Amino acid sequence: MTRIFVRGAGAVSPAGWGVEPLLTALRAGDPLPSVESCSRGRESAPSRAAEQRDPNDHRRPTLAAAAYQSTQQFKEDQALLHELRAPSGSRRFAARLVPTPVPRPAWLAHPRLRRASGISQFALSAALEAIESAPGTVLDATRLGIVTGTHTASIRYSERFFGEVLDNPATASPMLFPETVMNAPASHMAAFLGCTGLCYSLVADQTAFVQALVVGCQWLVDERVDTCLVVGMDEAAWPLADALDHFAHGLPVSEGAGALLLTRQPGTPPAVELKCITDAHLYAAAATKEPAARAMRSQLPAESPGELLVDSRSGAPRLDRAETLAWADWRGARISPRLALGEGLCAATAWQFVAARAALTCGSARAANISVVGANLQSVGARFELAEE
Amino acid sequence: MVITGAGIVTALGLGWRANADGFRVGRRAFRPVSLFDVTRQRAREAAEVDLPHALPETRLSARTSRRLTRASRQLLWAAAEAWRQAGWEAGGSLPLVLGTTGCGSESGEQYYRLALEPTPVRRGQPTRSLRHQGQRQALDVAEAFGFEGPVTMIANACASGSNALGHARELVLTGRAERVLAGGYDALSQLAFAGFDSLQALSTTLCRPFDARRDGLGLGEGAAVLTLESLDSARRRGADILGEIIGYGAATDCHHLAQPHPEGQAAFLSMQEACARAGVAPESVGYVNAHGTGTVLNDASEALAINRWAGLRARDLPVSSTKGSVGHLLGGSGAVEAVVCLMVLREQWLPPAPCVETPDPACAFPLVRQPRDARVEIALSNSFGFGGANATLLFRRWP
Repeated sequence: MTRIFVRGAGAVSPAGWGVEPLLTALRAGDPLPSVESCSRGRESAPSRAAEQRDPNDHRRPTLAAAAYQSTQQFKEDQALLHELRAPSGSRRFAARLVPTPVPRPAWLAHPRLRRASGISQFALSAALEAIESAPGTVLDATRLGIVTGTHTASIRYSERFFGEVLDNPATASPMLFPETVMNAPASHMAAFLGCTGLCYSLVADQTAFVQALVVGCQWLVDERVDTCLVVGMDEAAWPLADALDHFAHGLPVSEGAGALLLTRQPGTPPAVELKCITDAHLYAAAATKEPAARAMRSQLPAESPGELLVDSRSGAPRLDRAETLAWADWRGARISPRLALGEGLCAATAWQFVAARAALTCGSARAANISVVGANLQSVGARFELAEE
Repeated sequence: MVITGAGIVTALGLGWRANADGFRVGRRAFRPVSLFDVTRQRAREAAEVDLPHALPETRLSARTSRRLTRASRQLLWAAAEAWRQAGWEAGGSLPLVLGTTGCGSESGEQYYRLALEPTPVRRGQPTRSLRHQGQRQALDVAEAFGFEGPVTMIANACASGSNALGHARELVLTGRAERVLAGGYDALSQLAFAGFDSLQALSTTLCRPFDARRDGLGLGEGAAVLTLESLDSARRRGADILGEIIGYGAATDCHHLAQPHPEGQAAFLSMQEACARAGVAPESVGYVNAHGTGTVLNDASEALAINRWAGLRARDLPVSSTKGSVGHLLGGSGAVEAVVCLMVLREQWLPPAPCVETPDPACAFPLVRQPRDARVEIALSNSFGFGGANATLLFRRWP
């Protein structure tokens, strides 16, 4: 049986551009004992971004993410939610947005990225970090697969373009329209990396990232590719926040991306293995989320010491109910990225997997169950384990 | 891996017969757009589907049926035809793989318009936001026919439908599933219409793929769904087999987000891979259903790719694009054109491209311009999309 290993990971979140700020934010926003020890070690020296930062401007909403150095500081900044407003001005929504990268990454000068939407930038940044964090991985672009999972893709450009269409379709910008296509981020990634092979963009609720993992694993098992980048991504805009507000009033919408680099080889230890992905338990017909979440839970191993649960709870009781019930007996360590960072849809699902991998590579957990109870399609879970030497 | 059911909805009509009759004679199904205002745009026509008020008989509740988007209704008609033809029964786990670019766009656009009101409308907005999402159309199909299983929604622009069928084929071939329901769909949307118009990619005259005087594409809408299953499964059930998908190739064109490589490099790779995996040489292919949008850049690039892939075979390889009949169905086009290939193989005729007067000299192959019968054992279908998504499917007649 072919084994699949998670060789690298990358992230972009409201906490900043990189896995490190994501982990710091998770530790600050929600108890994260399993990751804390790992992050603390890396924080001993201030990051370059932190050194360059004006110590007095930590309340500016567009902070360089890497500047988050301590739990206390993150909590202060976290209080500064951004506000998204509908054009009518009558409705306002809380949002956690990705800060402007400081310094601006050189790769943003690539011709394909000059007009690219934020989501494309998030996705490529996470992908590049995933590749860079996998030393020893030989990346043959002709044998590289890319699968993305998203809920709304480049909703900012879509909103802007459709707004122009409603104003006057004769003057709607031809520059914007191609960027509204759902596979635009994957296309930019492929162009940047020179990937000429398999490249899929999947769309669904928060579980699209897991479905993308399934597809990536299939390609690896079937030897259609040797390496596969799986990226979860979404961006925040007022129409999305408005829609979410109908179901969970006041829940902050969020944005970013997360990426995993999958291969058939374990690489340098500690190697993290994608041990299983549960069946997808659909919310079809009269089925509600509760039985689907329970069924997903029952396909993952029972709790044992040293294991971690990374769940998809967002802080909205009605939305979280099914998952809360499914894992009611879990007493071990638990991470809930959305509680700290907001409802980042497929990006937040990817953060779950990135956080799980981080906990295993730093030795604070030996296995992690990842639970994703999607909003309106399905519940699906996965499990990471440290590979035996 | 065989196909035991096929359903199709286009502006030519609902179902295999209406569409086969239309495609066989190259009927044009374009008319003035009635679904939204196009008076301020360059192009004014599209191939709209005449959707009946009624829905096919399914397990959907009356309440859900009332809320269906245009995309869902088209998808349901296509799925119902395929399901009935295959003779599948409700229950159990069945993977569903669908391709789309717009999901339930009509609902999303309406949501947005109402949210822009000075006093935003609240009533009905939660339903509109749900109906806009692609997974909702997938759930509608699962609920309508009473199955559960993994849902994979592929949004690879205009190659989505072909990618969905190709992915479904792999699920069966590798033994991951014995049966898969797969297809593609897209309803006409104001955003897509205005988007292609803003790029000046829509024809203001007639959509004439591969014509030297072509001036753009025509948009259409529709859906097609196939039931794919292992040969063992089909034989066990005594199912009528419509044909096989024997090859699938996919490649990514890194040239530009919205323009193909001038020499069709990824298109060539995609056709080459589909044939290599099927163990088929171009000499064995009897018909090519080209992507053929009717835009200057796409058709030139695809013509060069077909010339290169086919080699000497190009001299007498019949090629046509059926987008001149029903328009470009975006996420639905690959699946609809797959059904057209099945029609060619089952009924042994070639679909002509309407309105082509002067073939582009770049075409080293003969364009099918008049209806005619032909013996075809293997047919190839190309689908290319924004973002460089390229996909090729290869079909074989079932004896």
